[in-house]
Amino acid sequence: MQAETLKRFYYEMLRIRKVEEKIAELYPKQEMRCPVHLCIGQEAIAVGVCAHLSRDDYMLGGHRSHGHYLAKGGNLKAMMGELYGKVTGCSQGKGGSMHLVDLSVGFLGTAPIVASTIPIAVGAAFGSVMRGDPRVTVVFFGEGATEEGAFHESLNFAALKKLPVVFVCENNLYSVYSPLSVRQPEGREVFWLAQGHGIESYQGDGNDIFEVYRLAGRAVRKARQGQGPTFLEFKTYRWREHCGPNYDNDLGYRTDREFQEWKRRCPVERLRSYLRREGLLGDLEMNRMSRELETEIEDAVAFAKESPFPEETLLMAHIYAP
Amino acid sequence: MTRELKFFQAVHEATDLCMAKDPTVYIMGLGVPDPKGIFGTTLGLQQKYGNARVLDMPTSENGMTGVAIGSALVGMRPILVHQRIDFTLLALEQVVNQAAKWHYMFGGQMKVPLVIRMIIGRGWGQGPQHSQSLQAWFAHIPGLKVVMPATPYDAKGLLIASIEDDNPVIFIEHRWLHNTFGYVPEEIYRTPLGQARIARPGKDLTIAATSYMVLEALRAAEILAGAGVEAEVIDIRTLRPLDTHLILESVRKTGHLMVADTGWKTCGFSAEVVALVAEEALDALKSRPRRLGLSDCPTPTSPALSRFCYPRASDLAFAAGDLLKIPNEKLKRPGEVSSLPPDVPDPTFTGPF
Repeated sequence: MQAETLKRFYYEMLRIRKVEEKIAELYPKQEMRCPVHLCIGQEAIAVGVCAHLSRDDYMLGGHRSHGHYLAKGGNLKAMMGELYGKVTGCSQGKGGSMHLVDLSVGFLGTAPIVASTIPIAVGAAFGSVMRGDPRVTVVFFGEGATEEGAFHESLNFAALKKLPVVFVCENNLYSVYSPLSVRQPEGREVFWLAQGHGIESYQGDGNDIFEVYRLAGRAVRKARQGQGPTFLEFKTYRWREHCGPNYDNDLGYRTDREFQEWKRRCPVERLRSYLRREGLLGDLEMNRMSRELETEIEDAVAFAKESPFPEETLLMAHIYAP
Repeated sequence: MTRELKFFQAVHEATDLCMAKDPTVYIMGLGVPDPKGIFGTTLGLQQKYGNARVLDMPTSENGMTGVAIGSALVGMRPILVHQRIDFTLLALEQVVNQAAKWHYMFGGQMKVPLVIRMIIGRGWGQGPQHSQSLQAWFAHIPGLKVVMPATPYDAKGLLIASIEDDNPVIFIEHRWLHNTFGYVPEEIYRTPLGQARIARPGKDLTIAATSYMVLEALRAAEILAGAGVEAEVIDIRTLRPLDTHLILESVRKTGHLMVADTGWKTCGFSAEVVALVAEEALDALKSRPRRLGLSDCPTPTSPALSRFCYPRASDLAFAAGDLLKIPNEKLKRPGEVSSLPPDVPDPTFTGPF
């Protein structure tokens, strides 16, 4: 891969990381008055997948989709505005963190009901094929979603109609506090569920940008060639609590040792180390990137804080399309 | 001689006309292209429009509703069909959490022009899970529109209007209306959503009714006419958004209200109408409002029991008589007493579905 490409991946992962850390830092001020589900530790998956997509390709996500939104090209100011509940938010303040949208980059929406956007993504692919405009649709979800009926119904239909969908499962081992072992039988890999539906499926290290990029490339190319859906399971780890800015390893549902093991496999750090080892990224450039991102993020936060709230008249607006 | 069609033919014609003029309209559901064609409403459509636009579907009501929503977001106009409203319970998550709210929760940027046809079953032992009438649930949800045509004319007009509407519309058909006849113009026309209809004008009593109960209300009005009472029958047609103006105007004129709905009485749609009148026109009421609906039990299968569940024209007439203090002897059904068994809509029905 080209050095420029890799540096761009690094920049984008770092951007997501810094945005999420800024949200975590500001959250205790109670000005972002909605639940936030941060993706710190999982950044490589969004970036590696989106590297193969154009603005026209469609994407949907779930409650933990800040990274997906940003990697797809979603507007940062609009996202911040949305978290602050302002009228300049991407959903005019009506959706919050769990309902992000940016139509200019094909990001069709997110919803926190686990697995709910999976059939909708299949529908977007189905509709685009019907319109003779077969873009690729990517949908992100966690491994908990593979337990929902809607997941299976969606995969069945996508396989039946050979739809241009890429199903990306971020298996971070926990559904809130519930480990995989109380939800799915031992010895069964998550991606086998998709294979059971007749869908080509792969499993990979979600914290290795190279592996994500490689597998995602295969899946996106296949979809673009009209050859049908692919399921990708990426193993990763959520650093912070399920919902909120804090670390919660003291609660005991997982061990600090497990967390530290995964932290050592930080996707951002791994790529940074690689770039430095290969002499592709020096201190100067790295610091420039950091400062640039910090400025961009501060500007976005300022934009959000200065934006007005939606007026009361908007309460009853958009219940129906005219 | 005016052109008459059966209700199911009117539904078919509306679908055919809309699919002909708009290539983004497509229809799918369990059995849509099968030899029975959803009680005749979709017969021949697949031959005419192909299997890309007229689709059977996997038995995945929830997932396929999501698929329909997704396709609507990218520019298609899906019609989803369920042969029984009871099957749609599997799809409630997509209907209520997603379809109803997608336009609102993203600040008005996308629309979901989806029509979901649901059929209410009745008779021939449909039983507890093939005879529910759940319009109240859907009418409760902001973001949905809910319509229940009672005539072939409105079956066509409301379906065309629903397909053209850019919102998710729940289109509820009653199985016992499918074979009723009525005037249906040949051309494309629309019955506007949000407008009720005076099915029969009158000055003495308002009977507001939904779907099949409009027919029973009209029969009851005939019985009442025999006793010198002129009932005004309102065909509600659209439950959400409700035509509050027409209902209130009628009650202000007559002073008496009965509501006949096809669902259960408790927390049913009739409660909404009574609450509306109590809140907005209490002073106009000269008697207690009455609600008539299904007995508050799951509908049993044996006709020996199910016959007690459904209010019929005579029940409506007796309730009106009670309300207006008219003795029962004065409320005689004009003409022959019906010898139909209570579990079929008309003599031509031989089961099973």
